[in-house]
Amino acid sequence: MQTTESHPSHNDTGGMAALISRIALAVITPLIIFYALYQGFLFLRDGDSPKWAMTLIAIIWGVGGVAALYWVFNWLVEMLPLAWMQRLQPFVFVGPALAILTWYLAFPALRTFWISLFDRGGPPEQFLATFTSWPPDSWVGLQNYTSIFSERLMRETFRNNLMWIVFGSSFSVAFGLLIAILADRSRWEKVAKSLIFLPMAISFVGAGVIWNFMYEVRPSSVPQIGLVNAIVVALGGEAHPWPAYTAISPWNNLYLIVIVVWLQVGFSMVLFSAALKGIPEELKEAGRVDGAGEMRILSGIMIPYIRGTIITVWTTIVIFTLKIFDVVWVMTGGQFGTEVIATQFYRQSFVARNPGYGSAIAIILLIAVIPVGIYNLRQFQDREVF
Amino acid sequence: MSSYHKVQSKSSLRRLLDNNIIRLSVFFIVFMWTLPTAGMLVSSFRTPIDIRTSGWWTVFLPPYALSQWTLENYRNVIFADGMGPAFVNSIIVTIPATVIPITIAAFAAYAFAWMKFRGRDALFALVVAMLVVPLQMALIPVLRLYTSLELNGTFLGVWLAHTGFGLPLAIFLLYGYISMLPRELFEAAWIDGASHYTAFTKLVLPLSVPAIASFAIFQFLWVWNDLLVALVFLGTNPEVTIVTSRLAAMVGTKGQDWHLLTAGAFVSMIIPLIMFLSLQRYFVRGLLAGSVKG
Repeated sequence: MQTTESHPSHNDTGGMAALISRIALAVITPLIIFYALYQGFLFLRDGDSPKWAMTLIAIIWGVGGVAALYWVFNWLVEMLPLAWMQRLQPFVFVGPALAILTWYLAFPALRTFWISLFDRGGPPEQFLATFTSWPPDSWVGLQNYTSIFSERLMRETFRNNLMWIVFGSSFSVAFGLLIAILADRSRWEKVAKSLIFLPMAISFVGAGVIWNFMYEVRPSSVPQIGLVNAIVVALGGEAHPWPAYTAISPWNNLYLIVIVVWLQVGFSMVLFSAALKGIPEELKEAGRVDGAGEMRILSGIMIPYIRGTIITVWTTIVIFTLKIFDVVWVMTGGQFGTEVIATQFYRQSFVARNPGYGSAIAIILLIAVIPVGIYNLRQFQDREVF
Repeated sequence: MSSYHKVQSKSSLRRLLDNNIIRLSVFFIVFMWTLPTAGMLVSSFRTPIDIRTSGWWTVFLPPYALSQWTLENYRNVIFADGMGPAFVNSIIVTIPATVIPITIAAFAAYAFAWMKFRGRDALFALVVAMLVVPLQMALIPVLRLYTSLELNGTFLGVWLAHTGFGLPLAIFLLYGYISMLPRELFEAAWIDGASHYTAFTKLVLPLSVPAIASFAIFQFLWVWNDLLVALVFLGTNPEVTIVTSRLAAMVGTKGQDWHLLTAGAFVSMIIPLIMFLSLQRYFVRGLLAGSVKG
């Protein structure tokens, strides 16, 4: 498609006319493409054509547009003299990614911190005007942070997240390990693993519906239709709306945590199973010859051997539970003492319309995630993914 | 020697017993794990009155009444409750929100791996740093930006949002793969006069199919199953709302209509389930690779 011929510096016999037409081409082609993309943008933003047409155009515009942009910019850069081309081409490749990252993550992270220093009025529209009339009316400094740590509801929120971290991660790790060990010795290994992994394909909202139905409670005069309460009643117990059963607070949170364990065990099982298969057979055999029982081999040889994987799984699930949102939102909406950081963030920012407070919560979430995240990434890099 | 044999035969008897215990417990765990989904699936095909008066497990007990089965629930959620249009919207959201970040990330990953430029390591460190930023951080500022650009409630807005939130992981994973491709391959291509662009499109993209497929499945599933980003940037307007938001809204308004909720839940998970069953190997790899998403 493009060879060295496209660099004018190599093309010494080209006349003035050729050069001009080349420049004209270099200007007009991108303009046409930009115009086409812009029209597509307007059409998609404002258009009300039939659904199927929008779908098709949306997909072509979204996918083709990105490819076209790279093609045009690369084409332009390759017409430059060699030295300039080599200097600029890398930025054609990484530029769009960096622009989007800055726009969607780096800059918003800073801006969230900035917003968190103001009350519900938010920072002034003009950034510079903030400083000409210092301090602005809505400025509260770190007050949002101090009230987060002093309010009773927020303390409850942090307690719940702690429960999620402790129970969510340890149950997922323990069950995942147990199933991996057991399934490895079963003839139905593949099928069993597939069925246990399957919930990972289900959305949290879908899982919320499934488990709401599991926990469904009926008056004691009619038969229970939720499986959990049906079993409880059959065993002589009393039916309760378990996640909303405040009499056992805070332990009603466990009934939500179970859902995430159900969803996530497939993940830890697959990782553990792969790690267990990597243990050299001679190592286990040596243990057996020395007279160690199966439990001894498990605790003395296998678990130390897969320690790295256990840490990876553990940290991944800790981060995941720190940010848990959908399950709580769909199951209880944060009522009955089940509020977590992410639901509080959503409620404060979008329901209570207090973005300053919500942003402060988001910053605290970030601070909590960073150390675990760094540790997790380090572990992740040592692992073969593909 | 003979005593060693004795030990072996004794332990093989015990092993047989152990194996049966193991087999039973595996069966029991799998059974438990499947029950919740099975309950939903069975209920979605039962009439409202039957769901309300008897547990779903009674369908496996006599008298096996055929009259309790129906497809009416699906007809209702798809046509009357807006699950059908929401399903189409989910497709419109998910396909570009999967392809766009992959394209952008592949270019960037190639440049980070095989091109020399000033500030390369610092910029790559920035990308990795973005991996730990929870996307909650970005919601309010991006929402304000979208208000001024009139992108709120548009598909374009939500594609770009998913692109932004998916990029760090996509670059990180594809870099890991692309940087491991053998150097000789590129040197041969460059000597033959291939530009970086040609090397990328003709060489790197085809060779990276396994990594791209794994990430694509992860991102597709993530976007399809996402609720938060869709709620914030698309909202619940029936014109644009997707299956997860629609289902969440139904949970709020029809909390006791189990015949509709179970059918709606199954509609929302049919695509992920098909993907899981048909692409299992890539599917598992993709989810494992994506586990560090911020």
